Amino acid sequence: MEESQVLYRHTMVDIPEHLLLKTAEARAKALGISVEQALAEMRGEAEPTKIEKEPDVIEVTQIEVEVKETPAPAAEVKETPAPAAVVKEAPAPAPEKSNGQVPTEVDFAPETKVTQRLLTVVKAKPIQKPTSEPVDKVNTWPHLMLPEFISLMAMTAFLIFISAILQAPLLEEANPNITPNPAKAPWYFLGLQELLSYWDPQIAGVMIPLLIGVAAFMAIPYIDRNKENKPSKRKYAIMLWTFFLAGAGTLSLIGILFRGPGWNWTYPWIDGVWFDDLLDWVHFE
Amino acid sequence: MKNEKIKFRDRLKDISSGLGESLKESTLWGSIFRPGSPFRKGYSDSPRNRSYVVMNNVLYHLHPVKVKRHGVRLSYTLCLGGLSFFTFIVLTITGIWLMFYFRPTEMAYVDIQSLQTSIAFGSLVRNMHRWAAHIMVLVVFLHMSRVFYHGAYKAPREFNWVIGVILLLLTLLLSFTGYLLPWDQLAIWAVTVGGNMAGYTPVFGAQVKFALFAGLEATEATLLRFYVLHVLFFPFIIVIFMAIHFWRVRKDGGISGPL
Repeated sequence: MEESQVLYRHTMVDIPEHLLLKTAEARAKALGISVEQALAEMRGEAEPTKIEKEPDVIEVTQIEVEVKETPAPAAEVKETPAPAAVVKEAPAPAPEKSNGQVPTEVDFAPETKVTQRLLTVVKAKPIQKPTSEPVDKVNTWPHLMLPEFISLMAMTAFLIFISAILQAPLLEEANPNITPNPAKAPWYFLGLQELLSYWDPQIAGVMIPLLIGVAAFMAIPYIDRNKENKPSKRKYAIMLWTFFLAGAGTLSLIGILFRGPGWNWTYPWIDGVWFDDLLDWVHFE
Repeated sequence: MKNEKIKFRDRLKDISSGLGESLKESTLWGSIFRPGSPFRKGYSDSPRNRSYVVMNNVLYHLHPVKVKRHGVRLSYTLCLGGLSFFTFIVLTITGIWLMFYFRPTEMAYVDIQSLQTSIAFGSLVRNMHRWAAHIMVLVVFLHMSRVFYHGAYKAPREFNWVIGVILLLLTLLLSFTGYLLPWDQLAIWAVTVGGNMAGYTPVFGAQVKFALFAGLEATEATLLRFYVLHVLFFPFIIVIFMAIHFWRVRKDGGISGPL
């Protein structure tokens, strides 16, 4: 009994408020104290109320309920009541008949005894902790590997096809003494070469490719701290990249198609194309 | 007569399928194809075997057993990353083949000419190498744009984006060094233009240009330099970065998204 009176204060930490209140009410009722007092005790803010005495567990002895058959002793009941009246009163006078004993109530759960206590609340959780949300997945074979294989085959077929119909350019042997006009870089550098015709070579030829093309590109994930990946929530980033694409594409196209001798503006449909990579493409039409 | 023909055909069928069966049962066959391979005897399509196909395959280095459903849709990636890698493989194969017929000396131009005129499939393989190179530059750049539009460079994938930018640079350098090798007017003057651009580097521009050209202008020394860079140095570097790139894709949780 002594042990069971100890409150497990340290386990009370995680108990949700509503359960704590419920328990406090039960305790208050059991000990005959106020709810606030019980709550304070459970939180360890007040000394726990000692339970004075063992609750009496009354042995249930014979209770005579059958009054009807037993004839009332003459000394106690002067008048013999009518049978109907006896039946009517039977439940109430019964205890008086049992040898003058006073106890009346059968106390199965005496109010002074704590029959239930909340020790702790164990949160419902799985034994194995999932570290991430489940994701809808499919088997790599065949759902990824098959399309992949098909796209590789398509690429191979496309490559063989264009290689069969388009001849890679081969001009006269290299001659450092004869400078072609215009001299053009590979197509992916022609945007830069176009820029070079507007700006100082140190800016257009070195600073822009190094600072924008390398450093800024690498820094993108560290500059853009927006965690969203939905296009609607990163309009600014998408706009910037689209501008970059449009700008680079326009400059490259100008460099490839619209620049002729002396890097002067030419129209490909009037003056022809000065871009040897496209030599055979133009012949092909 | 007709009956006998059918009989003969059936017997041939039996013999060939019997040969196939006994070949599949042989120790040699079983030692080549690991358990779970679709080529092994008794393969059946089940979720368990679908896992085994990948797990017991050398491609397990590249692909996990399962991938996110949205990533399999063609419209999500357009296969651009895979095609970048594949064009690199095509370029490696055709490039090794071309090396048999090419000398990075004053004979370079003659070698290319004879490759086109007197060597079987020479012209086709050279064309494939050149167009695949252009396609690779384009596809790598498109892959980069795809990744940007999907916001796939965001945490935890920041560093893989940086590696991707390095891969783009290496792709451009590979293409640029290869541009000189035919040793024609197109090659030498394109490289001269590019090299002169590098010469505008502030402070040590002249040194950069000298290191690039192996001299003051594009000569045969430049040709040898670009050849070694093109067939050994840059492929070596790019393979290392590709390995890191693919490894990080998986370590960072596979494909990004869904959007």
